[in-house]
Amino acid sequence: MNFIALSYWDIGLASLLLVFNAGLSWRLRLGLEKRLVVAGTRMVVQLTLVGLVLKALFAVTSPLFTGFAAVVMVLFAGREAMARQERRFEGFWSYGIGTGSMMAAGTIVTVFALTTQIHADPWYDPRFTIPILGMILGNTMNGVSLGLDRLVSGAHQQRPAIEAQLMLGAEAPEAMRGIIRDAMRAALIPTINSMSATGLVALPGMMTGQILAGVEPVEAVKYQILIMFLIGGGTGLGSFAAVLSGARRLTDSRHRLRLDRLTAKTDS
Amino acid sequence: MLKIRHLTRPGLEPVDLELAEGQCTALSGPSGAGKSILMRAIADLDPNEGEVSLNGRSRESIPAPSWRRQVVYVPAEAGWWADRVGGHFPDPDIAAPLMMRLGLSAEALEWEVARLSTGEKQRLALTRALLASPQVLLLDEPTSGLDPDAAAKVETMLHERLADGAAIMLVTHDTKQAQRMASKHLRMEAGALTPLPGPGDVQGAG
Repeated sequence: MNFIALSYWDIGLASLLLVFNAGLSWRLRLGLEKRLVVAGTRMVVQLTLVGLVLKALFAVTSPLFTGFAAVVMVLFAGREAMARQERRFEGFWSYGIGTGSMMAAGTIVTVFALTTQIHADPWYDPRFTIPILGMILGNTMNGVSLGLDRLVSGAHQQRPAIEAQLMLGAEAPEAMRGIIRDAMRAALIPTINSMSATGLVALPGMMTGQILAGVEPVEAVKYQILIMFLIGGGTGLGSFAAVLSGARRLTDSRHRLRLDRLTAKTDS
Repeated sequence: MLKIRHLTRPGLEPVDLELAEGQCTALSGPSGAGKSILMRAIADLDPNEGEVSLNGRSRESIPAPSWRRQVVYVPAEAGWWADRVGGHFPDPDIAAPLMMRLGLSAEALEWEVARLSTGEKQRLALTRALLASPQVLLLDEPTSGLDPDAAAKVETMLHERLADGAAIMLVTHDTKQAQRMASKHLRMEAGALTPLPGPGDVQGAG
């Protein structure tokens, strides 16, 4: 492969673009210069650390360390998905539903891909496990947070309609069917849209990266297609699990709508 | 028929009450006193404590959906889950005669819910509830948005249900209606239920 290694000088040169933006912001009094610099610095520090962690992980190829890294990634994704909710479930559930669903979906799809399509040896080789899990989690996280957000806001807005069905003797899953459907749709539409537009509007980052690294375009495309399927599968599974668990938590064994299990709306 | 012992939940002092077959119980009291909370608790729509039984069978032994088909609560403002009126009636052919008796045209089944008036909504919500022939009706101001003529139709229909052996709890601010309909009068204030003097002496209930 004929990929061109970058020097620190090259990276520094590219960072001048951000410095230019910060200068523009200062000149136009947009008040964004500080945030631009902080975000840029965070990006550099975080990615450098990740690079070091990955280097160490790849060097040992231990199932234990790889598993640990995967768990940390899932926990961060769970926190992020929770932070995006306007209304949350009370207590542990706000974190548990999203994290549990992503853990399940991420594990199933990653292991499926590694053992049957990618044939990594050993199957848990962190060089494959971590990037694939990362891509699946990043997208599943979006689906899960969109789905849960729509579910919870739907339960709030459509409380009279849901309870009207319960009052007439409907079972909870039947009364919740409408908002479950809306929530699943909200969770999956970004994935569907990105599949439709990919290649026409934008070249996916992973494929671009492989091409820059010297991989044949056709091979890079094959990888990208595989990843898109994995992302679609992970997002669907994760969102489905999160929305159904959320709907269950919003009702109880006496078929009541339990909005008291939600916290008040947050400002963010 | 319906026996309630120590029914309580936040906002509701323990309630002991019996609704007998063929009997209508009127419930009055200021807004926010807990009348709807009580009715929702009886229908088991919110977590609550206490013993409730229907014809000797405890509520816990009956699955919640079938409990609510027998003890149906009709709130003052009903919810609608379909765009069209007909979408709320599993069998429009059975609904139509009942609707017509309440002064609604059968064409209303084709209407959009969004264009219904308050009074039309109230009567449709009542129709929806009556179709399942519940044994107990918990009605929250069922005629508040109706003209006297339509209100009289509703009362006639409710009298028939009473004659058939149903029990009704009726929230009303209309003292005259309470007198026409109910043989027992209760007042709720700050979450506590108190009996009022018998019929003919109910003017003070306001």
